[in-house]
Amino acid sequence: MFALACALMTTVTTTSPDRPLEGGRRLRDRLGDRILFLLTLLASLAAIGLIVLIAWKILQSAHLALSKFGISFLWGTTWDVNKAIFGAAPALYGTLVTCAIAMVIATPLALAIALFLSELAPQSIRVIVGSLVETLAAIPSVVLGLWGILVLGPFVANHGVHWMDRWLGFIPFFNAAAGENGSSSLFVAGLILAIMVVPIVASICRELFVSVPSELEEAALALGATRWEMVRGVTLSSSRAGIAAALILGLGRALGEAIAVAQVIGAGYFIHWSLFGVGDTLASRIVSQYQGATTNLQIASLFYLAAILLVIGLVTNLAAQLIIRRFHVHGTGAR
Amino acid sequence: MAAVDSAASLQGDKRVRRRRIVNRLAELIATIAAVLAVGVLALVVFAVAKRGASELSWTFLTSDLPVPFSPGGGIAPLIVGSAILVGIATAISLPIGVCIALFLEEFASPWLRSPVQLAIDLMTGLPSVIIGVFIFSLLVYGHAQNGLAGSIGLAIVMLPLITRSTQEVLRLVPNAQREGAYALGASRWRTVLGIILPSSLGGILTGTVLAIARAAGETAPLLFVTGIFGRFIGFNPLHAMPNMPVQIFIWSESPDPEDQKRAWATALVLLVFVLIASLVGRIALLTSRRKLGR
Repeated sequence: MFALACALMTTVTTTSPDRPLEGGRRLRDRLGDRILFLLTLLASLAAIGLIVLIAWKILQSAHLALSKFGISFLWGTTWDVNKAIFGAAPALYGTLVTCAIAMVIATPLALAIALFLSELAPQSIRVIVGSLVETLAAIPSVVLGLWGILVLGPFVANHGVHWMDRWLGFIPFFNAAAGENGSSSLFVAGLILAIMVVPIVASICRELFVSVPSELEEAALALGATRWEMVRGVTLSSSRAGIAAALILGLGRALGEAIAVAQVIGAGYFIHWSLFGVGDTLASRIVSQYQGATTNLQIASLFYLAAILLVIGLVTNLAAQLIIRRFHVHGTGAR
Repeated sequence: MAAVDSAASLQGDKRVRRRRIVNRLAELIATIAAVLAVGVLALVVFAVAKRGASELSWTFLTSDLPVPFSPGGGIAPLIVGSAILVGIATAISLPIGVCIALFLEEFASPWLRSPVQLAIDLMTGLPSVIIGVFIFSLLVYGHAQNGLAGSIGLAIVMLPLITRSTQEVLRLVPNAQREGAYALGASRWRTVLGIILPSSLGGILTGTVLAIARAAGETAPLLFVTGIFGRFIGFNPLHAMPNMPVQIFIWSESPDPEDQKRAWATALVLLVFVLIASLVGRIALLTSRRKLGR
């Protein structure tokens, strides 16, 4: 590592002016340059090291469960402390369903908001509404979860579930089983996640839409397109890759949210069709089980869940970064 | 010939009208979506303000935590604890974050720049519960819970945010300033410490304020490592420290209506702090960008 630093150092020092200076100052300058460089290099390497350490530590802590259950942990459906059998399938299912609800609701909303902010709203409204939408992202998840469990959940139970069961009940997802009132449910968790995802996707997409070259948009208008046709033909289609990246980043947020979901989802560990039943996600399971975790195997199983979450999280993030980087390669021409 | 023309234009009229209607509809939907988002924000803030304000009082803010299953009590230990936790986290993440940003923007060669940048980007997307269990297994498992571990967890949340905002400001510092300093014979470290950092100080502080706003509300990094605490104000970060997010979480799960009221009031205190901090940060960000952009 030191050799690497020195090799880098030479490239730095050669750029500094090689003028005869007063000896002491020159020495001090070279020393200062070197120290500052090493300091920043060290901090940067620590950042890389931290990511590696996190992955290694979580895998190591999950080792006991990894060696006992192996890959079959992924489709095991029981979580029984007494029999020492643990499986991740219900948590994976819950994660899948809640994220799907969140993305289905958030995607059109976020795109519409981004379009409103970039194309439609007058300048003064743009600034105000834009910062309000970003403020939505600043609400701590535990506060949103508190609102979810005490306000949104009961509201959905009293007004939403009955209506959806009646009109959409022929779809198994919306068919509330007996005894399910939906106040703590996969559905409410999905709604809360949607509220978290919308501001993220909206603010990224707004930046994307604003950066679409205005010549292209004006050309579309000049050809007689309406504003919507311009948006569809130029704005949306030229920022497709960026929208995909924004959605993946939003999905990453939804996947990893633990606290608010744990508050509203009701911590039930089984797989069922109805969205109005209780459930659990990978992240919320970790939160809801940590206190009761007594056996080493149970703790290791929770770390196994964390490892799965970490892998999914890293893959989604890498995908988004990959798209962003490729997108910027194309986008740099416009700037 | 004339008849055909008029028929065509008639058809064209119809099509134009349809296109106009579709356009109007799209505009309407976009506006409704924006109103909906602002509405949800208003709904949440209003609910917290309404339910929290009735419980909030000076004694509530300055008393020790309530004895379980009895009325009264307050949240002074939570406020002090949260402040200390976030303070230590800031002290850890600010210098490291600025250093990484300096490395990325001023020093790094391209082949070292991209893995570091990737690490920072991945850290931004890291679920906070992962940070929580990581710190738990690294520092707490087998030992006692302590506030310092929680601060380190919060520092991991803040680090990529501070790095990114610092990077953005560093990019806005005009190259002429760097070149001017070099032309005057200044060495690299003098240029960085004397020219570049001072002129981007405002932006760095703004980014830090935004990161603090984010960290103050984080629960998952604290839950496992400083989640079981006493009733009184504590100043020693080597013990478990009371803090607002974890206590809101615990109270929100409680069936006792008194606890739920306390949860609302604490949520109001936290929300007011977070919203003010993020608002101040955002306004400062806009003005500093405008200033440097010119």
